[in-house]
Amino acid sequence: MPLATYQTSVPVVVDDAKCIADKGCTVCVDVCPLDVLRISDMTGKAYMAYDECWYCMPCEADCPTGAVTVNIPYLLR
Amino acid sequence: MAIDEIVDGLSEVSCDVLVIGGGTAGPMAALKAKLKNPKANVVLLEKANVKRSGAISMGMDGLNNAVIPGYATPEQYTKEITIANDGIVDQRAVYKYAENCYKIIEELDGFGIRFLKNENGDYAVKKVHHIGTYVLPMPNGETVKKALYRQLRRARILISNRYMATRLLTASDGRVAGAISVNTRTAEMLVIKAKAVILCMGAAGRLGLPTSGYMFGTYENAANSGDGYAMAYHAGAKLANLECFQINPLIKDYNGPACAYVAGPFGAYTANNEGKRFIECDYWSGQMMLEFYNELSSGKGPVFLQLKHLHEKTIEEIESTLHKVERPTRGLFQQGRGVDYRHESIEMHISEIGFCSGHSASGVFVDDFARTTVPGLYAAGDMASVPHNYMLGAFTNGSVAGIDAMEFADNHDFAQFDAADVAAERDRVMAPTKREDGIPPNQIEYKTRRLVNDYLQPPKVTRKYELGARRLAEVRQDAKERMIARNAHELLRALEAQSILDCADMAVHASLFREESRWGLYHLRTDFPEKDNENWFCHTLLGKQDGKMVSEKREVEPYIVPIAEEEKDLYDKQRIAVGA
Repeated sequence: MPLATYQTSVPVVVDDAKCIADKGCTVCVDVCPLDVLRISDMTGKAYMAYDECWYCMPCEADCPTGAVTVNIPYLLR
Repeated sequence: MAIDEIVDGLSEVSCDVLVIGGGTAGPMAALKAKLKNPKANVVLLEKANVKRSGAISMGMDGLNNAVIPGYATPEQYTKEITIANDGIVDQRAVYKYAENCYKIIEELDGFGIRFLKNENGDYAVKKVHHIGTYVLPMPNGETVKKALYRQLRRARILISNRYMATRLLTASDGRVAGAISVNTRTAEMLVIKAKAVILCMGAAGRLGLPTSGYMFGTYENAANSGDGYAMAYHAGAKLANLECFQINPLIKDYNGPACAYVAGPFGAYTANNEGKRFIECDYWSGQMMLEFYNELSSGKGPVFLQLKHLHEKTIEEIESTLHKVERPTRGLFQQGRGVDYRHESIEMHISEIGFCSGHSASGVFVDDFARTTVPGLYAAGDMASVPHNYMLGAFTNGSVAGIDAMEFADNHDFAQFDAADVAAERDRVMAPTKREDGIPPNQIEYKTRRLVNDYLQPPKVTRKYELGARRLAEVRQDAKERMIARNAHELLRALEAQSILDCADMAVHASLFREESRWGLYHLRTDFPEKDNENWFCHTLLGKQDGKMVSEKREVEPYIVPIAEEEKDLYDKQRIAVGA
């Protein structure tokens, strides 16, 4: 069976202007319990690659530049 | 090479004691094992990152079950948990916990975790339970994981993050020989030989589907997908009372605790739509959950946590805890809905089902040394069978496990496993990566959990369980033959989906075996509506025999703290009498 891509608005948002992943920072990617954050090959910034979020906050709390915002996933907002 | 790209590789390492799971019980087990024998190698394996993994990822607001001299005695606590658990308790493990937990509180205090004290310098313990006083707030509870991590580094524990254990290895005599794991970002496999293994892998929290429909919006940390339960089962360990499900009263949709243990001692209470109290006590028990369920289904719902009658300062204090620790996005959630605790009550609902002895009693069977029925294999925390053990139980029983496991490792050499077992597991793990076409893990998981909700959620109906088992078997067939994983991250989810299926099958089997009703809503069987002490005052143990799931009865150990006849049903009287 062929696969289709499923659209979803992700709860974790990264402010590219503040994110220093392009300088080697991986804090948010490291601490996420669900391992859903990645560094983009194109922008060098962190982003939410998988919509599998427990809205738990370590990514936001541990980010050294305050670039990460955790929102409540839309389905339960 | 890009992250998540699949690498076909297999390596092998060895250690004396392997601890799997770096949440709450795991770090303490690893620490205690290492302190017992500093020359030994202790490896702490974690599917996520020990810094922020497990149920207390963002800390905890307090201890729910602190047995503190002057406030409570081990006898009283053992009695309370025995009654709350409908008598099905091996008291030795509970009593041992109650005796040891104060020492652990002092150790945690030494790690820099503060506990609330009153003006005299005594611990300010609060009453939430039906009988005794055991709740102790933690003013800097958000620092728990950091404090633990410092101790692990100081003790030079070897930490391996982002490795998911998939199966235990055993020798021909049944003894544990190590574990097989897979890197969650490369899919490379790692065999870890060990003399003793401690499972601290948390609850089976991704069993039921939250009513929001968001798969990861679970009560438990969604990383806790029941892998420990599945691994213990496949290694031949017995699992106790799995039919005693975990079901909790939570903030509707947000699906986290409100939390009555924090707000209750300040005067908050659970009320129905008429604003009236209907339960005697907010402590989470199956009997309390049954009254909660009854209220919701009676037309007197919705059910609320009532705070608006409290003083402004009190509400501020409750908010400062609720919006900072454990589930800090609670504040954001309420803000988004325009709910201010000063004017509006918090709408509550029932959580999805799961296994968790932290709050109920469903876990891998252990004795008072945290030993499972497999020699050399230990379990602690939410996945081990010591009932209602919460965070402090995870620390205390993790400590017990660490010490005893190191003693075992000191007195045993490595057990030999069959290389064919590793090869077979490698084939099983990698199978979804070998297919070109098929069903992605999220669909396998969603269907499994939707079926769990449709057919397994209490009240338990035999016919529904039988139908559920058939549907689940179909999904299992699909998972085995058609599931695909296109990268290492999807493989992680594919493996978790298989753990969830195993847990669903165990939930069916255990529930059908116990032909009575017990533990309030947790095991309410419409075909056997009464408690039957004559035939079912016993544990049920589920295990694997000749590749098949089997259940048996096991006697409850003679009590060491006697329960008087008139005390036995104290937790059955949760509903406030009409006119009261």
